[in-house]
Amino acid sequence: MNLLLAILAPFLGAALIFGTRHRGRLRFAGAAGVTTLIALALLAPSLAGPFQGETLIWRLAWVPSLGLDLALRLDGLGLLFALMILGIGLLVILYARYYLSPADDMGRFYASLLLFMGAMLGLVLSENVLLLLMFWELTSLSSFLLISFWQGRADARSGARLALTITGAGGLALLGGLLLLGHIAGGYDLSTILAAGDTIRAHPWYLPTLVLILLGAFTKSAQFPFHFWLPNAMAAPTPVSAYLHSATMVKAGVFLLARLFPALSGTPEWSALVGGTGLATLLLGAFVALFQHDLKGLLAYSTISHLGLITLLFGIGTPLAAVAGVFHIINHATFKASLFMAAGIIDHETGSRDMRRINGLWRWMPYTGALAMVASAAMAGVPLFNGFLSKEMFFAETVGASSLLRFGAVLPAAVTLAGVFAVAYSLRFIHDVFFNGDPIGLTKTPHEPPRWMKVPVEVLVALCLLVGIAPALTVEPILAVAAQGVLQGPVPDHDLAIWHGFSPALWMSVIALIGGLLLYAGRKPLFALHERFGGRFLARDLYEAGLSALFALARRLTRGSDRPSLPVMLSLLVLGALVLGAAGFLGAGAGLTGPRPLMPVDGLGLLWALGLIAAALATLALHRRRLVALVLAGAVGLLVTLAFLGFSAPDLALTQLSVELVTLILLLLALYFLPQEDPVEGSLPGRVRDGVLALAAGGGAAALTWAVLTRPYESIAGFFIANSIPGGGGANVVNVILVDFRGFDTLGEGTVLALAALGIHAMLGGLHLSGSGSGSGPGPARDAAGRAWDSDPHPVILATLARLLLPLALLMSVFILLRGHNLPGGGFIAGLITAVALILQYLANGVAWTRERLPQNLLPLMGWGLLLAAVTGLASLALGYPFLTSAHGHLHLPVPLVGELDLELASAMAFDLGVYLVVVGAVLTVLIHLGRLHAAPAGDWT
Amino acid sequence: MLSLALDLALALVAAAGVLSLWRLLRGPSAPDRILALDTLYIDTIALVVLLGMRLDSPLYFEAALLIALLGFVGTVALAKYLLRGDIIE
Repeated sequence: MNLLLAILAPFLGAALIFGTRHRGRLRFAGAAGVTTLIALALLAPSLAGPFQGETLIWRLAWVPSLGLDLALRLDGLGLLFALMILGIGLLVILYARYYLSPADDMGRFYASLLLFMGAMLGLVLSENVLLLLMFWELTSLSSFLLISFWQGRADARSGARLALTITGAGGLALLGGLLLLGHIAGGYDLSTILAAGDTIRAHPWYLPTLVLILLGAFTKSAQFPFHFWLPNAMAAPTPVSAYLHSATMVKAGVFLLARLFPALSGTPEWSALVGGTGLATLLLGAFVALFQHDLKGLLAYSTISHLGLITLLFGIGTPLAAVAGVFHIINHATFKASLFMAAGIIDHETGSRDMRRINGLWRWMPYTGALAMVASAAMAGVPLFNGFLSKEMFFAETVGASSLLRFGAVLPAAVTLAGVFAVAYSLRFIHDVFFNGDPIGLTKTPHEPPRWMKVPVEVLVALCLLVGIAPALTVEPILAVAAQGVLQGPVPDHDLAIWHGFSPALWMSVIALIGGLLLYAGRKPLFALHERFGGRFLARDLYEAGLSALFALARRLTRGSDRPSLPVMLSLLVLGALVLGAAGFLGAGAGLTGPRPLMPVDGLGLLWALGLIAAALATLALHRRRLVALVLAGAVGLLVTLAFLGFSAPDLALTQLSVELVTLILLLLALYFLPQEDPVEGSLPGRVRDGVLALAAGGGAAALTWAVLTRPYESIAGFFIANSIPGGGGANVVNVILVDFRGFDTLGEGTVLALAALGIHAMLGGLHLSGSGSGSGPGPARDAAGRAWDSDPHPVILATLARLLLPLALLMSVFILLRGHNLPGGGFIAGLITAVALILQYLANGVAWTRERLPQNLLPLMGWGLLLAAVTGLASLALGYPFLTSAHGHLHLPVPLVGELDLELASAMAFDLGVYLVVVGAVLTVLIHLGRLHAAPAGDWT
Repeated sequence: MLSLALDLALALVAAAGVLSLWRLLRGPSAPDRILALDTLYIDTIALVVLLGMRLDSPLYFEAALLIALLGFVGTVALAKYLLRGDIIE
């Protein structure tokens, strides 16, 4: 349980900081730090477990049908990563406090950082691989926010987009891989998967699974050929680089390799893919790093190279190589984080990161220089620093592996070459920056940073030294437990000592050191050569070309399919429906009329149908006179209402009637600003064509209806009718369907309604219509016939009558709402009745009068309504029933005079009340906003 | 006897509806049409009540009540539009 809380703590902290980010700025660093400490404290009681060889697993069923449990796991590997994430996170939080300038939005920074921290923590502590994937994607998303933190800079935006594209694509591949993996292993829990290694390796799908998972890991860990996003992500603030690109984000890929090591490793495919990629990345990164002039660019490519080193170690696949890999993960995190921080200090204090300009800083920043020197020495693999130990293990492993390969000698030679380059670029980082003459054209005079900015670097550098000098005393216990977590078994003997005798690995180290010194000494001609021949790398260009081709394709498709003309789009849509429908109907070969006998025609019905046809035709004939068309359409609506009543659908009739009125008011509000006559648009042939199309579509719909109605047809209505009372506790099937059987749909529709109202509120909120007429308002000064408007805006008789009507209408709506569960009615209709009754007050009494008596801001009403509906649904979830299952019962109250009152109580009532509130809020918000446009100067309405 | 009276009443109300509809289609002025629509609403109320009596169902009365309560709002809005143009002011 405390695992879950530890993961949740950063998320909660992020929400808290983001919510209060406009109040002050400096406390955020403190709040973020405290959050991290809380997460550490929550984790602390569980830390002892892995050291005693236990694997702590905590589980909560979540979506069991998908195999997705909220299952967490703490073993050695997770423990190591969790400590790194939180420990280095704490240092980065402190460092960023001094790094960011007052102009930066600190709240946003720390909120994003904590979000990332929580995602990363969840990633390393997941037991379920699907859960792991979700956190994996969250790290991609939150790192996008962090890399693009300086949103104003184009390179930050493009770098963040690049990182998101590459890691996001990798995440998709990983999803496929993990699904396959879970399928093969027979479960999505790591415990199951790790124990099923033999099954997985023998399975015919092993290779696709492996490739997909590796795609995810390699994109995340910036392995060749996906490495190019990492240098571009250096546009991030340096604390972000120090955190994401040394210890956490890029380590997620190698974490996955380590995590799935027992399940996937040990095959030739694994060695070839992982080892080959690792080797290529190691060499490429080391080579390119030397030629970077940007401090952070150098560090980025060196990170790529070191990640390649770790990948190569896992690719070798022996248990000892895995131990070395874990060891190098620890070491690289410490020295690379401190180097990034040092680079940030230099950038911060000199205003530049270009190593051709910043030289000779030793004079001003000897302390920072000393710290950077230690970290660089660790990066180069100099004895007495931690990098040396893991690098020597690495060298030894490559020598061991070379005996198994055909061209085995190539491997030690290649990694020694990479070592040479590593020494050279580490040397460059120190020599070029702190010595090598005087600074060129710096805008600031360099000086030492504030005291507390150096503390995080000091801590990390001290760790580098301690581990380097006394490994057995410091790092051994946690390395052993982490390696145990990786191997899921006993850890092989490994000797963390500085001196192993004159082994091949030692000679390789010596060659690397001497070679690196020589290489750096001869760098000038090399740089010149690189300047001339070394172009940019292809990958980034390929990405850019691919992206722009994709955009061009999308644009072409859009332009081809989506014309900016409503008539054209509608004709295509209608024509398509017509052709497909006709093809389907004719293809089936069935006659139009089915076997069902026709019902007798009664006189009233016939009259009704004729009336409806006449009204519809008249609407069509008179549609150019807009007000008349509106009146006629009102008659059509009324006749349709009558039809619903005649066919025993009172719910529909009530709804139709209310909607009819709201629509009428809406259209009248808009009509005020519009021409009263509809102009003739389009050519005659075009209109004839449209007319034919419309007739064909209408005829088609009629034919379809005829065909359906004349056939015996068993609908699902029977099921609903049979289950309405036993399942939903209501006799009104329509309402029970709305609030219970299909309650989720209703909730969604209510949300859409509220969103639409919110959108209209946002769009019209700031809209001011300029006056077109000579009157005070924006509308016309005279009516269509040129007469002046009536002088009395609110006739007294109407106003009085409308006030009397309000309580009656409200009573009616309450009645409809309450009995909706058993008889026609419900929240939707009741909401419309209330809304119409309130609109009537606006009509009759005016805005000013009504505003004094109604809450002005109706948005909270919708919010409360949605909340009520959702909470009702969740309540059933809390009681162990599916979402939105309604509970119901009867309450018998003795009432004087009336006798006993049988009160039907169903939890669906609360849900219906929520719907009611949403409808009232949405309808009023929309109509009042439109009405408000008419007010002469737009008031200060909210 | 009652059923005969109901049938007769239904026929008469239906005839009234047809006449209202005729006025609605003919016009000629906008107030004519609005009044015709209002009358059509009233005809509908009567029709629904009569139908409810004939089919012996109380539900029709509520629908009639609602039409009576709300149908009026439409007429008000249309009339207000003719008088002032601006219906919510």
